Amino acid sequence: MSWYLTAPLVLPFFTAVLAFLLRFAMAGRWISVAGNTILLMATIVLMIQVLNKGVIAVQIGDWPAPFGITLVADFLSAIMVVITAITALAVSIYALGDINQRKEHLGYHTLFNVLIGGVIGAFLTGDLFNLYVWFEVMLIASFGLLVLGGTKAQVDGGVRYVMLNLISTILFLSGIGLLYGMTGTLNMADMARVLPSIESQGLVTVIALIFMVAFGVKAAVFPLFFWLPAAYHTPAFSVSAVFAGLLTKVGVYALIRMFTLVFNADVGFTHTILLWVAGLTMVTGVLGAAAQNDIRKILSFHIISQIGYMVMGLALLTPLALAGTVFYLVHHIVVKANLFLIAGVVERTAGSADLDKIGGLYRSAPFLAVLFFIPAFSLAGFPPLSGFWAKYVLVSAALQNASWIIATVALLVGLLTIFSMTKIWAEAFWKPHPKKINPSLQDLAPSLRRTLILPIAGLAMLTLIIGFFPQPFIGFAQSTSAQLLDTNAYKAAVLGEDT
Amino acid sequence: METILALTIGVLVATAVYLMLARNILRFIFGLILISNAANLIIFIAGRLTPAAPPLIPEGAEAPVQKAANALPQALVLTAIVIGFGLFAFALVLMFRAYTSLGTLYSDQMRVAEPRQDEAHDKG
Repeated sequence: MSWYLTAPLVLPFFTAVLAFLLRFAMAGRWISVAGNTILLMATIVLMIQVLNKGVIAVQIGDWPAPFGITLVADFLSAIMVVITAITALAVSIYALGDINQRKEHLGYHTLFNVLIGGVIGAFLTGDLFNLYVWFEVMLIASFGLLVLGGTKAQVDGGVRYVMLNLISTILFLSGIGLLYGMTGTLNMADMARVLPSIESQGLVTVIALIFMVAFGVKAAVFPLFFWLPAAYHTPAFSVSAVFAGLLTKVGVYALIRMFTLVFNADVGFTHTILLWVAGLTMVTGVLGAAAQNDIRKILSFHIISQIGYMVMGLALLTPLALAGTVFYLVHHIVVKANLFLIAGVVERTAGSADLDKIGGLYRSAPFLAVLFFIPAFSLAGFPPLSGFWAKYVLVSAALQNASWIIATVALLVGLLTIFSMTKIWAEAFWKPHPKKINPSLQDLAPSLRRTLILPIAGLAMLTLIIGFFPQPFIGFAQSTSAQLLDTNAYKAAVLGEDT
Repeated sequence: METILALTIGVLVATAVYLMLARNILRFIFGLILISNAANLIIFIAGRLTPAAPPLIPEGAEAPVQKAANALPQALVLTAIVIGFGLFAFALVLMFRAYTSLGTLYSDQMRVAEPRQDEAHDKG
């Protein structure tokens, strides 16, 4: 039993229990920060182990592979876990200032850490039913976080979010049942080994489509995304930041895992559907964003459009395209979470997140303007920020594959993203404030200012580092995609060397 | 036996879809509960129905002596029922909150999070 694979999974739950016991004390909030700091260190250790040894697997309870539950870390899982821990740490620091005492007493920090635990579990498990369980852990924690505080808008958004996610869960469960009936196993590596020998490949494709719909709801792709813009602008800012950064990406991760490892037989059919979905997701997301006038609603629609880029890389399924998807995932989580955190500071200083009611931040809070500029224009794909390299890799993969249409769509959507970001820039930062006040960061109490700005600045630094030194990250993304396409190492690590 | 259960699943899903198409979210939840039971039955059938003994190993033996039933689907269904129970408990409470704070159970009238563009127009 290697502790470095189980530690990232156990730590968040340990933190959650401690935070629950101490939720009425001042110490409660610091436990969340401390727990997530240790979590980040544990995930970095895991990353180093994976870099040195390749795919590593642990059989829980020492039951051999297809029978017991397996935890697996390959490059994709490891990088996702690290980036989850980074986001969790940033948001837990931000929450020190953002979450009021009432929400703390209701158990905000506990729910938050359970959510992180669920996300990490989903990234590390090698068992399909176990993946379902982690999805549920994540889901119930996210339900709690979403409606914590209980304003009317939260309850209303919560209803949509809960209902549509429950449908996806049930589809996922039915898919698991049917796939188990065909293969007689729940272990993903074992499934990948058994599936090619199954006679009725047509049925396998049908099951693949059930999974595509189930994960498609989680990932918020066209036409299954309607729960996302209904809910993401309602909860506390730190909650929407962690949702925006991580939750839909778990859906994307599950799509990548299942459609590279398990469902790779009828690629011509399934991945063509994915390509259509990707294009339509990008376009509808970005057009939806153009119609909105609230910062968080604009950003919510942009999550959808960006998910389209990630699915596009998976749909093309070339080594370069998958590398682009992995790079995009990492870049997007950092940038998106950061933009939501900044939206929180904008509302605190300027009084609202509605673009009609604010303005003047460029003159009165230039530092915040710089901090917004970095992730916003990285999202839009300005060189040399991280988003430029992500889009560059994906579009060049599409061009190499002679998929002209999707390449054109990707470039056009990039242009429209710039439109949305300049809209926020012009309305919130450039034009004078409609009430003729000068909102400034100095208006916030010094301790509050520090806890809010520190995580934003840290994530912006990370965006800059990825942007200015992309080579190691792209190299890592390429070895990740090579590993995803050649599934033998994964199967060997899970099932033992003889397969 | 498979045929009967398959038909039951079909009826459950059909009823559930009918209920879930209603505007009243209480009906929607009833639909969800039915369809989740259909999913549980799917897992149950997927593990093959056999007239076999319970999967118990007698004392002293290393393996079941007779042909034993597949215990795994039952474990899965049990897990799914427990998880589903928790989720539906939450969904019902949420719905009750929605009814008390929004004053309606009809999804068309729940427009707080996403107000219509012409909301003011409608009222005037």
